[in-house]
Amino acid sequence: MFELPPLSGSVGATVESGAKLSPSARRPIEPVGKFFLHHAQRTLRNHTWSEFEKIEAEKNVRNVEESNVDPDELLFDTELADESLLTHDARDWKTADLYAAMGLSKLRYRASQQQIIKAHRKQVLKYHPDKTSASGASLDQDGFFKIIQKAYETLTDSNKRPQYDSCDFEADVAPPKKGAEYDFYEAWAPVFASEARFSKKKDIPVLGDATTSKEGVEKFYSFWHRFDSWRTFEFLDEEVPDDSSNRDHKRYIERKNKAARDKKKTADNARLVKLVERAMSEDPRIKLFKEEEKKEKERKKWEKEAGSRAQAEAKAKADAEAKAKAEADAVQAASAKVDKKKAKEAAKAAKKKNKRSIRNAPKDADYFGDADKSTVIEEQTGLIVDSLDDEQLVSVAEKIKNDAASVKTILTEAAKTLSDAGKLPASVVSYYL
Amino acid sequence: MSGPIIGIAFGNTSSSIAYVNPKNDVDVIANQDGERSIPSVLSYVGEDEYHGGQALQQLVRNPKNTIINFRDFIGLPFSECDTSRCSTGAPVVEIDGKAGFVVKRGDDVEEKLTIDEVVSRHLKNLKLAAEDYIGQTISKSVLAIPTNFTDAQKTALKEAAKSVDLEIVFFINEPSSALLAHVEEFPLDKDQNVVVADFGGVRSDAAVIAIRNGIFTLLATEHDAKLGGDNLDAALIDFFADDFEKKNKSNPKKNARSLAKLKASAQLTKKTLSNVTSATISIDSLADGFDYHSSINRMRYELVANKVISQFTAFIEKVIKKADLDTLDIDSVLLVGGTAFTPKLATNLEFIFPETVDILSPLSKNASNNPNELTASGAASQAELLSAYDADELAQSLEPIILNTPHLSKHIGLVDAKGDFVPVLLAETSYPVKKTITLKKAAGDFTIAVYEGEHHIKESVLEPAPKEEKSAKTEDDDEDDESDWSDEDDEPEVVREKHYKLGSKLLELGVEGVKGLELIFNVDKEGVLRVAARDLKSNNVVKGEL
Repeated sequence: MFELPPLSGSVGATVESGAKLSPSARRPIEPVGKFFLHHAQRTLRNHTWSEFEKIEAEKNVRNVEESNVDPDELLFDTELADESLLTHDARDWKTADLYAAMGLSKLRYRASQQQIIKAHRKQVLKYHPDKTSASGASLDQDGFFKIIQKAYETLTDSNKRPQYDSCDFEADVAPPKKGAEYDFYEAWAPVFASEARFSKKKDIPVLGDATTSKEGVEKFYSFWHRFDSWRTFEFLDEEVPDDSSNRDHKRYIERKNKAARDKKKTADNARLVKLVERAMSEDPRIKLFKEEEKKEKERKKWEKEAGSRAQAEAKAKADAEAKAKAEADAVQAASAKVDKKKAKEAAKAAKKKNKRSIRNAPKDADYFGDADKSTVIEEQTGLIVDSLDDEQLVSVAEKIKNDAASVKTILTEAAKTLSDAGKLPASVVSYYL
Repeated sequence: MSGPIIGIAFGNTSSSIAYVNPKNDVDVIANQDGERSIPSVLSYVGEDEYHGGQALQQLVRNPKNTIINFRDFIGLPFSECDTSRCSTGAPVVEIDGKAGFVVKRGDDVEEKLTIDEVVSRHLKNLKLAAEDYIGQTISKSVLAIPTNFTDAQKTALKEAAKSVDLEIVFFINEPSSALLAHVEEFPLDKDQNVVVADFGGVRSDAAVIAIRNGIFTLLATEHDAKLGGDNLDAALIDFFADDFEKKNKSNPKKNARSLAKLKASAQLTKKTLSNVTSATISIDSLADGFDYHSSINRMRYELVANKVISQFTAFIEKVIKKADLDTLDIDSVLLVGGTAFTPKLATNLEFIFPETVDILSPLSKNASNNPNELTASGAASQAELLSAYDADELAQSLEPIILNTPHLSKHIGLVDAKGDFVPVLLAETSYPVKKTITLKKAAGDFTIAVYEGEHHIKESVLEPAPKEEKSAKTEDDDEDDESDWSDEDDEPEVVREKHYKLGSKLLELGVEGVKGLELIFNVDKEGVLRVAARDLKSNNVVKGEL
């Protein structure tokens, strides 16, 4: 490519005045090839370049869609997933990732028998020592090819494949990290999907999402709590020596293998239990259900206690009423007491006034003409007043008030009444009698 | 359902058929004898008709009933036919003003075959071979013809094909067809001027074709009806005949049968020598009961054939001259036809042309290994493209208004940082045209000055570098003298270079702060030039219109 000169003029386009292309020559072009046909189409249909490019692009898209590529091919790895496999020791083939060697690192346990055969064929075509030796490798460098062959042998054997799949830890999906932010359903669904491959039961409930019914969620967790796994760890067994010379040693290895297998199986089961527990503790639906349950319980309790609550209410009401009444009574009593006191005092005052008016009556009447006997009169009047009871006092005071002229008569009457009643001896009131 | 459209290369010496298989590869079809290059020969023995290689063998035993080299006669009046080229086979006679052949069938019954009949029988055999190979009935074909075929000849070919239920949907020019096949296999990354040289058995055709954005324009064509692979055979025959005469005192060229034998074997030897450096020839009872056995190496053959080969190279130079171009204007030479196998032809051309010119022969890794199949492959590719079109559309596409397009007479290009002209649209570019250049690395402010440009050939004499004086003459003096001699013998080297010259300035665009630049040159059908510069990062566009 070439380099452009730096900017010398202004930014933007300037057309040289009077500049024109040199006159063209008309010649026939060869009606050959796709470029001509494109040209013909553009000219015939009066397409602009951009229109034409759009049409062509659409055509290409259609072609790609219609092309019948084997759908399996798309699932295979286009290149080796793990380059280190090429240098992996063929004797240690068991530690190699057999699915990656077969170009099935995306499919793994999901690969069908057909796909395995196809993938194997593809890998053999690519990595056969005869092929690789053409590009400079020596014929002895066939380690990877041997691994491919071992992988094919293992994965097409209906006995060995489950054993390998059991120990294919690459296919395990790790649960989300604790404390990290994640979407529960997105993070856990693949974990359970990968664990489900070991299920002996066929009908495997799915994790579902936030809208899954309580029943579904319960079914899911009860399935996983009672998970029945066929996972075995035979693949990791130590090689059992095949010589009959040392039977004891053979048995010892076998026993050791079995113990290791059992231990791994137990550990795996424990791992799964822990996993399910953790998922359950994190499941937002479970939390939701628990909360709902709590609420429901409270509601029920509320309903159940409705009768006693009414009673209590009534009682409280009665109590309140009684209390209010007592209070009102107390107030009334207090006021009554005050009134009585007042009345008493008033009565007392009235009595005093009456007494005084009676006592003063003789003086007002100039002692009835007997001024010399005024002391006696006053003394005897006082005695009468003191002896009169309240009613008599009032009526006497009244009589006196109404008829000031006949005070003597009124007092005489009072004295007579008193002496008759025995309250005063007649001698004490001798004046009036 | 009818089968695909096949492509046919119908030559005087041999024919090829090809089709695009469902995998989208071009398949050259072999006939029942496994020949992919099927000799255009028909032979009649008794009631039987032979075709292809089997018929060619009859040329020795049964030359009078073996029809060869008949293609060029189609549609021509008898007076214009060059009957001499059929001298070794069935003689050409005049039938109704046209060329024809008389052959003996069965019980000495003479059958007159017009040229049309012969052509249709040949096409029928090709069609049968294709049907056998593909397994479907074939009814349509694209036929490759030389550029100088007249309309009358095309019509006659069409008629002849029609009589055997073969519709010729399209005639493709042989050089274009070969070039199409080449560019399909080896896509071009830039515009080129190509010489397509087709050396057949009895005739040679050459064309200068300008490829601009994938569209071919014929700039010049040249034909030679007397030059071909047969001339090489003749040179070999002469050599072997002289050798034989020296050994056996008998001239095989005097006897037609001996000559036919010698020719068949010489042809075989020639083909062998194209692949290996030495070959043997052995013919039982070549003449007067003498057997002939000899061997020849490639060097000897090339010496023998040198004269003919220089005729070939001269023929190519002639067509370039006719196109008014210089050898430096040519980017590549595509060799087509059976003679293109001859390695000496390519090496000679490499010698003649500057280093910038690609010689596309089987020797080159950028060219097909089968130059004799190119024409048929191109026709097949074209057939595949046309299969998407119906007859109306195709006819419309071939209207003169579409075929005759204006071509730029001068280069249009830019000035680069060094002030040199960089062509973008080369002269002879047909328009409307759109070309995009992407300068990914460009960053900063730039001037895009658009110029018309011309080029010229600059010749400069390169003086041989003065010989360095040896500091200490410790070596033998004689030896030094010798090397001095050889140096003095060297001619001063003439360097011819193609230089561009700025013509008139058309317009200028200024852009600033770009990161990656895309330049779009667009000439519409009215000849209006539009140049747009687009910043790849920001998508800002500066446009200029002339």
